[in-house]
Amino acid sequence: MEKAIVLAASAIGAGLAAIAGIGPGIGEGYAVGKACEAIGRQPESSGAVTRTMFIGCAVAESTGIYGLVIALILLFANPFIGKL
Amino acid sequence: MGSNSGFKLGAEEVVVNGPKVAFKVFGFNVTETVILSWVVMAVIIGLVLFMTHNMSKDHPSKKQIVAEWIVETVNGMVRDSMGSRNLVYAPYMATIFSFSICGSLISVLGLRPVTGDFSVTLTWALMTFFMIQYAKIKNDGVLGYIVGFSKPIALLTPINIISELATPVSMSIRHFGNVASGIVITQLLYYALTSLSHGLGMSTFPVFTIGIPAVLSVYFDLFTGFMQAFIFTMLTMANVGSAYPDEEEAH
Repeated sequence: MEKAIVLAASAIGAGLAAIAGIGPGIGEGYAVGKACEAIGRQPESSGAVTRTMFIGCAVAESTGIYGLVIALILLFANPFIGKL
Repeated sequence: MGSNSGFKLGAEEVVVNGPKVAFKVFGFNVTETVILSWVVMAVIIGLVLFMTHNMSKDHPSKKQIVAEWIVETVNGMVRDSMGSRNLVYAPYMATIFSFSICGSLISVLGLRPVTGDFSVTLTWALMTFFMIQYAKIKNDGVLGYIVGFSKPIALLTPINIISELATPVSMSIRHFGNVASGIVITQLLYYALTSLSHGLGMSTFPVFTIGIPAVLSVYFDLFTGFMQAFIFTMLTMANVGSAYPDEEEAH
């Protein structure tokens, strides 16, 4: 019974951790939109803009990835089961 | 269903494992990741030796031109983003980039990507971390390096130390998380498509698992592999380069 509760709570927690994807989604979309604007204004600088945008996206993505890692830990390497 | 043979087409259940332990040497686990890393290293070393074999100044062969193009591109990128003082780091960047790309792209062959193991990306990120600290000490001197943590005011010292430690953590988790999520999502997709085929009565031959995963594989294997290798290298360059900037930029 206890194990079932812990497993259910872990599954819910993993789902909640995936909410962390909202922030990076909005942020990256905004960054890509701005990059498109910049390329539209100055097409000759598209290489540098794209490179910078990808790095910025990668940095913005890390919070989402933290949430993903927590979800993966809860699903596949649950630390709470061992504490029962 | 009902077939007695052990061989099954499609994925019957969702199995996501860490790298399997192949064998043990003196109590150390030699995992799948280690062996595949050796394979990747052997392939890269072989390719490099092949491309730089029989080089000539007057009659360059096609492979020599490719090799020269690679070296010039990497040198140019390092010079652009790190300054010409840091050109010594170019081989390291090329190594990390090629290792990361090949390590991620072996998933196309159905093998477990090397970069889907946290120990691999953590190792690279730690190398980058120590490289950043070395570059900072070289730039500021030992005393200036220690004093640099309490800038702009002494109150911020703990925050500065945390932000310094956060660099390898975020770099390694970013690369690992992207590749590992690809593994998990591919596995889930195989399971879903197999179940869909079963539901429509095609239990012996899950027809939906043909072709459809390949489309997602283009994103999760090819695009993510290239992108993460590029980002890891670029972030390493940016961090090390800003720790040891060019003289004229520093003043």
